Amino acid sequence: MSVVDFPASREAIRRRREDPDRAGQGGHGPSEPVAGTGHGASGPASKRIIVGYGFWIFLLSDIVMFSCFFATFAVLRNATAGGPTIREIIDIPRVEWETACLLLSSFTCGLSFAATNARNLLWTQVFLIVTGLLGLAFVLLELQEFVDLANRGIVPQRSGFLTAFFSLVGTHGLHVTVGGLWLATMLAQVQVKGFRREIVHRLICFNLFWHALDIVWVGIFTIVYLLGSIA
Amino acid sequence: MFGKLNWSAIPIDQPIPLITSLVIIFAVLGVLAWTGIKGWWPYFWREWITSVDHKRIGIMYCLLGVLMLVRGFADAIMMRTQQAMAVNAPGYLPPEHFDQVFSAHGTIMIFFAAMPLVIGFMNFVMPLQLGVRDVAFPTLNSVSFWLTASGALLVNVSLFIGEFARTGWLPYPPLSEAAYSPGVGVDYYLWAVQISGIGTMMTGINFVTTVLKLRCTGMSYMRMPMFVWTTLASSMIIVAVFPILTATLAMLTLDRYFGFHFFTSTAGGNPMMFMNLIWAWGHPEVYILVLPAFGIFSEIFSTFSGKPLFGYRSMVAATLFICVVSMMTWLHHFFTMGAGAAVNTAFGISTSIIAVGTGVKIYNWIFTMYGGRVRFDTPMLWSLGFIFTFVIGGMTGVLLAVPPADFLVHNSMFLIAHFHNVIVGGVVFALFAGLEYWFPKAFGFRLHEGWGKAAFWFALIGFWVTFAPLYWVGMLGMTRRLQHIDFEAWRPYMDVALVGVGILIVGALCQVIQLVVSILQRDRLRDVTGDPWDGRSLEWATPSPAPFFNFAVTPNVEGEEAYWGIKQRAIEAQTLGPEPDYQPIEMPVNSGVGFFNAFFATVTGFALIWHIWWMAALGLLGAFIAFVVLAWRDVHEYEVPADIVARIDRARRASRAAVLEQLEREGAPS
Repeated sequence: MSVVDFPASREAIRRRREDPDRAGQGGHGPSEPVAGTGHGASGPASKRIIVGYGFWIFLLSDIVMFSCFFATFAVLRNATAGGPTIREIIDIPRVEWETACLLLSSFTCGLSFAATNARNLLWTQVFLIVTGLLGLAFVLLELQEFVDLANRGIVPQRSGFLTAFFSLVGTHGLHVTVGGLWLATMLAQVQVKGFRREIVHRLICFNLFWHALDIVWVGIFTIVYLLGSIA
Repeated sequence: MFGKLNWSAIPIDQPIPLITSLVIIFAVLGVLAWTGIKGWWPYFWREWITSVDHKRIGIMYCLLGVLMLVRGFADAIMMRTQQAMAVNAPGYLPPEHFDQVFSAHGTIMIFFAAMPLVIGFMNFVMPLQLGVRDVAFPTLNSVSFWLTASGALLVNVSLFIGEFARTGWLPYPPLSEAAYSPGVGVDYYLWAVQISGIGTMMTGINFVTTVLKLRCTGMSYMRMPMFVWTTLASSMIIVAVFPILTATLAMLTLDRYFGFHFFTSTAGGNPMMFMNLIWAWGHPEVYILVLPAFGIFSEIFSTFSGKPLFGYRSMVAATLFICVVSMMTWLHHFFTMGAGAAVNTAFGISTSIIAVGTGVKIYNWIFTMYGGRVRFDTPMLWSLGFIFTFVIGGMTGVLLAVPPADFLVHNSMFLIAHFHNVIVGGVVFALFAGLEYWFPKAFGFRLHEGWGKAAFWFALIGFWVTFAPLYWVGMLGMTRRLQHIDFEAWRPYMDVALVGVGILIVGALCQVIQLVVSILQRDRLRDVTGDPWDGRSLEWATPSPAPFFNFAVTPNVEGEEAYWGIKQRAIEAQTLGPEPDYQPIEMPVNSGVGFFNAFFATVTGFALIWHIWWMAALGLLGAFIAFVVLAWRDVHEYEVPADIVARIDRARRASRAAVLEQLEREGAPS
């Protein structure tokens, strides 16, 4: 006796659950705007879309904030005031470990949200914890880097260049730390309240935040460390 | 224990700040005591402080803005008096005090008077015009407001405890670095502006999301009222540039607190980087203020001319054009930096080009009036005064956009006259016009016309008598921010400007009297229809004052000028549409998180200013706990029963039906 299965229907249900407003389903040809998406004149968007959209706008503003620190770094990169140059302070192997931790944490963060979509509490929590631990490893490695530099007398007060370097890298590190605080709060919330609507919305936002920090790190890794190592 | 704070921070030996702050403290205590005796505290807590209603928050923003406008105006009076008295004389304000006065004047006027008023209007009007019940994130909106209030509080605390910055409204390094400004003045500036700036950024995010994702059915982009378009453009600029302000202030803070070298003149720091960064925020900021002002004028010109806005599409295009180009002109604030001819030319051209967008708007407003039946109510007077004043301010701006000409009048009184010309003539006139225009929607009665018109004429004449001599004396070579003047020939200009301030004071008094008279005569000035000006956009479809849920049934927009269409159909058919099927409404619950967060932000800011580290840590912890408590709540919305909705809306329909009946009796409208 074969087990009755409805693969197509299951797929449809899964899609509806993941994307109830069909935001990602453009369809073909001219079509009426779908109610709830907030596109065109079809009335207010659903709460899920509003929350996600607002958070995207926040991320844009945060990236503008980072761009100021990038610009400052570009301006002050050679303002070493007779102190150490960028080449002398970069330790590529450690940065590779940092990058590995952070990129892997983005992957596990994505896995946690896959578990959220499947409404699986255990795996959501497990992957969130792994994400947090990888983030913690990243922050500790960065801290170790800063302490090592400080022990060699390389501190932000030394020159304009070091000010810009520590501030750009440190602002990212601070973001990861705050993200970790948020993650810890989310762990508790998910455990206590389960997958309520607003909790899932917050998990979406947290995922966006964590991935955005990854993107910023890719910029820092390239512009500060890689280009710095060949300067 | 208390960092740098000790008893010498209280200005016992300086009568002006001491007496002023004592008066303010006793006034605040008096108000608190009086409302306490009346038993109004629970009401204020329930209905205002914890409110997440966009209209209430908008009104509180405006109240904050008006209070700070008075404070900033007092600073202006002091400056004009000092400069008139200090020609070949010391005057009555010593340099260190005069420097604080002009710094506080600029900071307060831009961050705590103009911004709260503009955001207040956007808050109050935009959701009504979009036909929705609130903004996208109502609780965040409350947090934004209270953070702004927290910043305003810190600036005013500096009057009594410590000192304010002496560096001008933008703290240029290296003067603002710890080496040259060792006191707490710059720190007051930094933390006050940082805290309120974060509030403003959240407002920008909130409003962009609201306009793009929360419009009522049928409200496509090309049907949105002009004010909504300018709100969108202004909010997009906020999202794009307020992070720059946050970053720049953070850098200066790091310089001052930890000896970093972003902007120092030693160890490779770069002071000119501060100028670039701060004006990359500062110039768009001007358009954040003036675009909503343009929106207010657009609404008023069309309403009081009885015509749709002329060139609506070109108006939208001009708004978005200004929105983008506003971020490409910042360098004109320091052509004298020495960036070279090519760079100066590029920014000179971009600065001249941005005036084209504004020119399009000016012509559209004029053509809106052309052929219309213009009514000269007070809002319209402000708008006409604006066109006259703003065009002149704009032309002096185009003059300053030419780098060789700018070199001659850089940082002179000519520049002062120019930017007051556009900000007072553009933004402040718009705010007064908007106050007059939307006051009935907020409070249910109109403001007194006679006193309003008197206020307008005194303000217009007073403005020109004050600033025309400043243009002139700037051309003669007088630089800005002079504590005393060693040049007899400039005395007459200073005296005339002082007379102008006197006229402005009379104008301000007229507005106070107007408010008092209007409150006393509110029964006579009552707006029973909810549509006192024969309006054209959806806010006039609600009764005055608008109910907390705005619309009993969310409107379905079928054309441009949403409410005008509904009204014309009703008048033609001589009947309202059929009564809708009333449903229960979900509304967001109140939240004290904004108030508590602002409280902790104030504590943290104050502690950081005075280097009281344990208190700063406690404040941050408190803010975090307040957010977690908010995040932990289970109930986000409550339901308004259908019968309450029906009762309120039937009253609205009854008053509208009465108007229709009256129109019918008086003959069909032509």
